[in-house]
Amino acid sequence: MAEMKTAAYICKGCELGVRLDAAALVKAATKDGKMNLVREHDFLCSADGVALINNDIANEGVTHVALCACSRRAKTEAFNFPTVAISRGNLREGVIWIRPDSDEARETTQEMAEDYVRMACAEVKAMKVPEGNPNTGTSKTLLVVGGGMSGMTAALEGAKTGYKVVLVEKTGALGGMAAKLWKRIPNREPFKAPMDNGVADLVAQIDADANIKVYLNAVVAKTAGAPGRFKVDIAVESGPTVTEDIGAIIQATGFTTYDMAKLPNLGAGQANVVDQLGLEALARAANGGPIKRADGKEVKSVVFVQCAGQRDATKTHLEYCSGHCCATSVKQAMYFKDANPDVDTVVLYTDLRMPGNNEDFYRAAQNKGVIFSKGAVANVSASGDGCTVKFKDLILNEETSADADLVVLATGMVPTTGPDLDQLNEANRAAEGGDAAAKEQVIQMMSKSVLNLDYRQGPDVPQFKHGFNDSHFICFPYETRRTAIYAAGPVRRPMDIAQAQEDATGAAMKAIQAMENAGLGRAAHPRSGDLSFPTARLEGCTQCKRCTVECPFGAIDEDEKRFPLFNESRCRRCGTCMGACPVRVISFENYSVNTVGAQIKAVDIPDEFSEKPRVLILACENDAYPALDMAGMNRNAYDPFVRVIPVRCLGSVNTIWITDALNSGYDGVMLMGCKHGEQYQCHFVKGSELGRYRMSKIYDTLKGMNLEEDRLMDLEVAITDIETLPKKINDYAARIVEMGPSPFKGL
Amino acid sequence: MTSVVATNQTILVVGGGIAGMTAALEAAETGKEVVLVEKNPYLGGRTVQLYRYFPKMCHPACGLEINLRRLKANPRIQVLTMAEVTGIAGDKGNYSVTVKLAPRFVNESCTACGECNKAASTEILDAFNYNLGKVKAAYLPSDMAYPQRYVIDPSVVGSAEGQAIKAACKYGAVDLDMKEEVVTLNAGAIVWATGWQPYDAEKITPYRYGEFKNVITNVEFERLADPHGPTGGKLLRPSDGKEAKNVAFIQCAGSRDENHLRHCSRFCCMASLKQTRYVQEAFGDAGKSTVYYIDIRAIDRFEDFYQEVKANPNVAFVKSKVARISEDKNGDPRLWGVNTEGYIRYSEPYDLVVLAVGMEPSVKNVAIPAEVLGDSSGFVMADPANAGIFGAGCATNALDVNRAVQSATAAALRAVQVVNQVARAEA
Repeated sequence: MAEMKTAAYICKGCELGVRLDAAALVKAATKDGKMNLVREHDFLCSADGVALINNDIANEGVTHVALCACSRRAKTEAFNFPTVAISRGNLREGVIWIRPDSDEARETTQEMAEDYVRMACAEVKAMKVPEGNPNTGTSKTLLVVGGGMSGMTAALEGAKTGYKVVLVEKTGALGGMAAKLWKRIPNREPFKAPMDNGVADLVAQIDADANIKVYLNAVVAKTAGAPGRFKVDIAVESGPTVTEDIGAIIQATGFTTYDMAKLPNLGAGQANVVDQLGLEALARAANGGPIKRADGKEVKSVVFVQCAGQRDATKTHLEYCSGHCCATSVKQAMYFKDANPDVDTVVLYTDLRMPGNNEDFYRAAQNKGVIFSKGAVANVSASGDGCTVKFKDLILNEETSADADLVVLATGMVPTTGPDLDQLNEANRAAEGGDAAAKEQVIQMMSKSVLNLDYRQGPDVPQFKHGFNDSHFICFPYETRRTAIYAAGPVRRPMDIAQAQEDATGAAMKAIQAMENAGLGRAAHPRSGDLSFPTARLEGCTQCKRCTVECPFGAIDEDEKRFPLFNESRCRRCGTCMGACPVRVISFENYSVNTVGAQIKAVDIPDEFSEKPRVLILACENDAYPALDMAGMNRNAYDPFVRVIPVRCLGSVNTIWITDALNSGYDGVMLMGCKHGEQYQCHFVKGSELGRYRMSKIYDTLKGMNLEEDRLMDLEVAITDIETLPKKINDYAARIVEMGPSPFKGL
Repeated sequence: MTSVVATNQTILVVGGGIAGMTAALEAAETGKEVVLVEKNPYLGGRTVQLYRYFPKMCHPACGLEINLRRLKANPRIQVLTMAEVTGIAGDKGNYSVTVKLAPRFVNESCTACGECNKAASTEILDAFNYNLGKVKAAYLPSDMAYPQRYVIDPSVVGSAEGQAIKAACKYGAVDLDMKEEVVTLNAGAIVWATGWQPYDAEKITPYRYGEFKNVITNVEFERLADPHGPTGGKLLRPSDGKEAKNVAFIQCAGSRDENHLRHCSRFCCMASLKQTRYVQEAFGDAGKSTVYYIDIRAIDRFEDFYQEVKANPNVAFVKSKVARISEDKNGDPRLWGVNTEGYIRYSEPYDLVVLAVGMEPSVKNVAIPAEVLGDSSGFVMADPANAGIFGAGCATNALDVNRAVQSATAAALRAVQVVNQVARAEA
């Protein structure tokens, strides 16, 4: 490691040189920042400016660079120096663009700029260039759990990309639910008739692929390790347990159908009422001929009841829509019509949901004489040789009924995702308290685990809603809270085969990417490519477990001595562990208690008589900081007494920053983070929530310091708050003036 | 002259909307070289013109920020904006692609300081706001625009104003001599992610879009709701600036109609449900929405959102395909038709009518290379005969944002498979 040599560059472009006293900035960097080398430049992002910096790095041995120019979000192509540590003093978007160009404002604007120069110098000196996670794993084998349509597709796509695949299937054959289908919904032009279910073709491809190793009658008994170095125990029925080295995992464990026995009013238990899967069995038995009931009678009339036990506003049954069932009933009605056009087929629905080109499939059914009726079904009863379906015809607005030889219930999908971790944790707590029933419940729940992760935070991937493993992020559908473990197919959200295959292909992309990056010691989304990773000074650790409990991604286990055990390649680099640590032993090379703490200390705090308060803003770099930047781009002015420090996530905010700031004479602290709660927007899922929870505890500390509660302000910020955020800053600054200076000033 | 470094192991992604950006990022983050070609001067496509996403009501800019940060941090992606693919030759594993680059008249020296904007006086239609407002002829398309670089409209090039704009730039970033360029680049695989366009509402003649000012489209309504849009986020109707407190939404405007779009566009039901929330947020109980629909397609967990909207007493649902729209003297559009639930005729005036226009694949109206196969609606189909070009996002199907990203992630893998084959063959 070369000796540290620091340099600060003061840009005078974009009016910086006109609005600010550059010589004073140079002085701040030299005298207060104590930089080894300080240069000013008229246009730092120009080829000439960049060459100047590159030359200093190459020939002057500069290792640490403080760029005092524009925002860290601007001119990133020009300011790209990958071999050195870099900090950015935001003098443009953060100072001159948010301050009026007036004589009265000049002094405070200059003070602001000088502080940002000092902060950039202080930060960079506390930083190191990340060297990358040394505990990388090199396994590039993909594990796919579940051998249905999604799992088979993921396995084949992975193998086609050049990776080895281990495919684990619980039953004795590949194919899953799709294998039980007579035919599938068409996924290609002309979208007019059911098509072959495609299972045999995929099974043949898998059999022929030397890169895919299949375990049938097998389950995952244990998953230990981390991305790139998972050790997965595969328990094979009537055989020894096998351990495989795995790089990344796709969970494609599919679904079960909603138990129709729970729908007695819709005819559950009656001989002539089946669910959609039951009808598939009848269709397979008919093999293209007329479909017969279990009693052998040929079906001449059939009624399909859509949304059976689904979209249930009373929450007794499934609340969601399973998406595929409308098209599935259309397909099944065609089974009848194609064998015998005289069969009466009626579909009772409230909203027919067949998006995209399925509209053509719907049209084709209408052309084949399938009747669609908007109706709400009240009950299905046995009558004569068949059933009577009572329903309200929503078009004619009348109660009516239809008789049929057979009734098909379109029940929904229930995902096979393993136990809900929150419920499991609760049961675990009760069991530890000695509750015998809870103990039994834990055993019960654990028996349903799919992945049996040997993780401190539980055996499976946390669920999102209604038991599915979906992502909460609209822009990032593959995000899960367990790095390099991706859900595919109906475990993620209800979907049909075509979507499941597309989904599985995407999941294979993410899993392959995760293996590659784990091997290189790089972070996964959203800080993809980040080489920094958390380290802990264990000699200072008090084993309080906060980091292991709080990590939103389950990255930290406990070792046999109960110290935190970091699994770096599971880590997403949000810094929540660092924020959680009460003894401040956790840090990243380029982001630590010290990189932020040093900035807080670098700010010049005027005395209590100066009428120049100081407010520290810790702003989430994902949403709040860009919003502040864009406020600058729009020249939306805000108070000159605030000093903004971007943080990786509110979850990474350590309370020491706040107490240190208030102790050292700051008059107030503002926290700006993303929305939390059910509609959370935190890119680290729980980060902002955990951060806020932690901050709520700090009010007692404030009381102990004899400080008003308002000295700390927690603000929920969205990236679009470009106009409102400056107002809120100004309001808070006004409140600070009202309260008067902090009593800690000058102490 | 623009230089692009590309080989037969490079993946070309055509279209820089959320699908194209995703495909490019996923491939690049797996270690592949990518060239991303975008027609607009900025990345992000139609998603960034949305005010909020359903069902979370969160802002597209939030995800764009993350995607842009991924992009800025990744040296493997070369971005070409104002660029269009004009020809593809060759085969899987070795394509030769010609790309036409329109002049931006601003080079990479631009610092986005905005001095050129101050020097400009001519105003042009603001395409980012669906032409509902105007911008100066030297403009940054949006606050989130990437590259963060101004654009000079060709209309002022060659004028005195153009010279003044050039003179205002201290950094030599304005280059009025910039010419259209054609570059040829090599690629092993191509991801076609050219997205969609709103169906041309003027073609639905009974709705009189383009004639009645207070009949607008769903994409335009997004811009009205956006605080950074042409009305500053106020729901003001175009004819007289009156607050649009009573709004009708007409579903399947063009979709599910063999005379227009044969397919269901999927997103429009949820989009209108979301937009009823805008009306509610703007006016509280004084804001009324009526949704005219055939089926409400709130699929999978979106059902939760539908149930919430349905429970709102200020939102009404009418099962009806609206027959026609007339205009009252005060400018109110009036809807005529029959509520099929009970066969009740209606004739109802509203402050504003929002047409939930469908999604037409963009491939339909551009010079799409013959190698890219379309289905009867114009969506790109997977073509086993030409296995090096893959559709992604709304170019392949009517998709919401979430599903477009999924599709793009899958397309990225297919492209990676091809360039991996090339790499193995050459190893």
